[in-house]
Amino acid sequence: MQWEAVIGLEVHVQLATQSKIFSGASTAFGAEPNTQACAVDLGLPGVLPVLNEGAVAMAVKFGLGINAEIPETSVFDRKNYFYPDLPKGYQTSQMYQPIVGPGEVEITLDDGTTKRIRVHHAHLEEDAGKSLHEDFHGMTGIDLNRAGTPLLEIVSEPDLRSAREAAAYLKAIHAIVTYLGISDGNMAEGSMRCDVNVSVRPKGQETLGTRAEIKNVNSFRFVEKAIAHEIERQVELIEDGGTVVQETRLYDPEADETRSMRTKEEANDYRYFPCPDLLPVVLDQAYVDHLRATLPELPAEKRARFQDELGLSAYDASVLASSRAMAEYFEAVKDVCGDAKLAANWVQVELAGRLNKEGLDIADSPVTAEQLGGLVARVKDETINGKAAKQVFAALWDGEGESADAIIEARGLKQVTDTGAIEAMIDQVIADSPVQVAQYREAAPEKRGKMIGYFVGQVMKASRGTANPQQVNALLKDKLDNA
Amino acid sequence: MHDKTLTELAAALAAGEFSSRELTEFLLARIDRLDGELNSFITVTADAALEAADRADQTRATGQAGPLTGLPLALKDIFCTRGVRTSCGSRMLDNFVSPYDATVVEKLAAAGSVSLGKTNMDEFAMGSSNENSFYGPVKNPWDLAAVPGGSSGGSAAAVAAGLVPAALGTDTGGSIRQPAAFCGITGLKPTYGRVSRYGMVAYASSLDQGGPMARTAEDCALLLGAIAGHDLRDSTSVARGVPDYREELETSLSGLKIGLPREYFGDGLAPEVEAAVRDAIKVYESLGAEVREVSLPHTELAIPAYYVIAPAEASSNLSRYDGVRFGHRCENPTDLVDLYKRSRAEGFGEEVKRRILIGTHTLSEGFFDAYYKKAQQVRRLIRQDFLDAFEDVDVLMGPASPTPAFDLGAKKDPVSMYLQDIYTIAINLAGIPGISVPAGFVQERPVGLQILGPHFAESRLLNVAHRFQQATDWHRRQPAFGKENA
Repeated sequence: MQWEAVIGLEVHVQLATQSKIFSGASTAFGAEPNTQACAVDLGLPGVLPVLNEGAVAMAVKFGLGINAEIPETSVFDRKNYFYPDLPKGYQTSQMYQPIVGPGEVEITLDDGTTKRIRVHHAHLEEDAGKSLHEDFHGMTGIDLNRAGTPLLEIVSEPDLRSAREAAAYLKAIHAIVTYLGISDGNMAEGSMRCDVNVSVRPKGQETLGTRAEIKNVNSFRFVEKAIAHEIERQVELIEDGGTVVQETRLYDPEADETRSMRTKEEANDYRYFPCPDLLPVVLDQAYVDHLRATLPELPAEKRARFQDELGLSAYDASVLASSRAMAEYFEAVKDVCGDAKLAANWVQVELAGRLNKEGLDIADSPVTAEQLGGLVARVKDETINGKAAKQVFAALWDGEGESADAIIEARGLKQVTDTGAIEAMIDQVIADSPVQVAQYREAAPEKRGKMIGYFVGQVMKASRGTANPQQVNALLKDKLDNA
Repeated sequence: MHDKTLTELAAALAAGEFSSRELTEFLLARIDRLDGELNSFITVTADAALEAADRADQTRATGQAGPLTGLPLALKDIFCTRGVRTSCGSRMLDNFVSPYDATVVEKLAAAGSVSLGKTNMDEFAMGSSNENSFYGPVKNPWDLAAVPGGSSGGSAAAVAAGLVPAALGTDTGGSIRQPAAFCGITGLKPTYGRVSRYGMVAYASSLDQGGPMARTAEDCALLLGAIAGHDLRDSTSVARGVPDYREELETSLSGLKIGLPREYFGDGLAPEVEAAVRDAIKVYESLGAEVREVSLPHTELAIPAYYVIAPAEASSNLSRYDGVRFGHRCENPTDLVDLYKRSRAEGFGEEVKRRILIGTHTLSEGFFDAYYKKAQQVRRLIRQDFLDAFEDVDVLMGPASPTPAFDLGAKKDPVSMYLQDIYTIAINLAGIPGISVPAGFVQERPVGLQILGPHFAESRLLNVAHRFQQATDWHRRQPAFGKENA
């Protein structure tokens, strides 16, 4: 039987506010335990929450970024449950009236086509602290630095059909939030975490299968692996005559498997009710419009513009728009050199290849966009040929010159296009290679194409790589064929 | 000295009749002598009080004294006080020393007042008799066999007994007004949002409101001016200017339209209490007020709605007492669930557990709509009743409680205790202000007249109460308890 997976994601994005969602404590990562937890974060008797306006603005920006409805009123609710790292015994969240209504996110599939994934809603909530089990000898330590960090939980519709699509969706969300500057998107530090709902059904069937939820999947790679594994588990289970039970599972990246955490029967009754300490959030149109005006161009728009206005291929446009840093770098290169396709090529092949090899992020590239643009400009105007360009790039990477022009000048890499000079070099090569010339002239015309390579190589060598290869080719052909 | 009002003491301090230190020492000695029997204080902060009194005297010496400088007060033990135990009347917080001050505590300290200590209360403000305190019941100074009312019973008894001229209380369903009535003092519950709740241990967040308890409306006006105002730390506090509440005290009541809610004079009201209240109304008529009957048709739904909403919020507010970070923790927990269960079972008293259970139930899946949502709908109707009534009248009047103070131990059944609050509870649901003023006695136990006004009509309420106190002397009566020691 052909199976189809139905997948929905709940992505928790940590918002990049300076202070917490309901208190003035810092949200900086990595401080000593419990040094960034104030009375409000500790849930001391008598404390009250005050909503951080920055978190509201970021959530609204996200909503606008996915063309979502922004309801005029949203309400915070309390989600009640006991856990040692949940100081108040409830999490302040938004259950019934979230800040962001339905929207959609465009993802790019492997074949370069796009697919729209509906977002059910996104809501604001506070993060919990952390329970630390190591170094406490049978006890548990509680670190409340993270308690109260603002999270935007983005809940998708079950529109995803494969592990690859889910990973692409997560990447798209990552791109949007980093483009918007509302999250640092640092997955290793937990700035983006993900719960996944997976079910399977026979292909063509309308009704959904029973879903399992996989908690806390925290990297693009793990999302793909966890889902692939879970799909396989469910299909095998059903094919062996079993049934999927509704439950929460935990992905173990080391064993590459999911394990049952709790079944539906064991699920908490969270007793949601509106938080009486916080007023409903009412957004007037002027405020939303003001935020809309501050939105940068987002990945989908950029992708479309790269294709439509710059004439890039769907693939190139999607790769270059995948992160704000990459897109901005590319656009700077393009602006300096004035050729989008050349710029795209250089950023994706030469630069990306080298960055990848060195394990560097584009933000850490030793070659600036201005430098690379200067280099590409010299390729475009044929000041240097491709081979010399690679040398210049390597020199820029190693910091051996301020600019492409300086390196070209210092190293004499300027392409020779003076016909007289090239002809002189050709004549010399012909004179020095009587055997090869004889062989060439005896060969049938259709075989000569390959044989001319030898002469081109010799001329280029003589020019120390600076001769214009096209010119060399044409002149050589003329001299050899018509002598 | 012990029977003077806050206003009189302020004048005496200003005139140099005695110093704040002398006044403070006198009252501390009185507390020392009398409170063993009364049990109105949980914690007396004598050293800090004397230091504050000395500072106040210095302030006065440099000519910087404000209206509250050097005046002694007490704080219900629900207000967080830095470096001082804040127990909320509970074993759960018996070991809790707050690291911060409540906003109102900060404001009162900044105004130069002198806190003598923290007063007894029903545990987590849940109760109407002050019998639900981990620290034992408070006695009513008018009759030591009677309860002082609750939950701000300690504050009311301390003021009535002349241990302190004024105190702060909190009122979630009548917890300022009913004990004020039982103890023969004046107590104001301000409009919800008028006084910051930051640092006031939460019982039911949408109903809780702090307010003054003193001998007179004039004193309440003085205190309210000091504690009211918008607080950036409390999102539910209202950004609205604070008037000088003493300014309109003397305004004439000629033409004042008083409404008597028919539902507040029905079954269950003790005839002697009704008689005292009707006599008080006559006083108002003699002052030029017009009286008419009005109706608050949803009154009978107030207690059921309250006992859904308040416990629901309480069940969530009290979840933080889990034995993990502060408060009572059981000995040798075997695991996390054991830690939770025993810490909470040992730390909370019966009434608190009852309300947590009720609240947990009413919020659970399958019951939420039938209870919590329905109660919120009822709440809107009750609020509308008042708004409609205030279309026709300026204030409403009635009894603060259906009976005078009852005997300690008299009400064993929780529901009969809940019915005590029949005239006070709707006011919290509507969010409007209310004041209780002494209006007579039934067998030596005080009766309170409750006056209600529209949202933010505190100035009017205080004016209406003050004019009554100029025409009567019920608020001047002193209990025999502690009199010989004056």
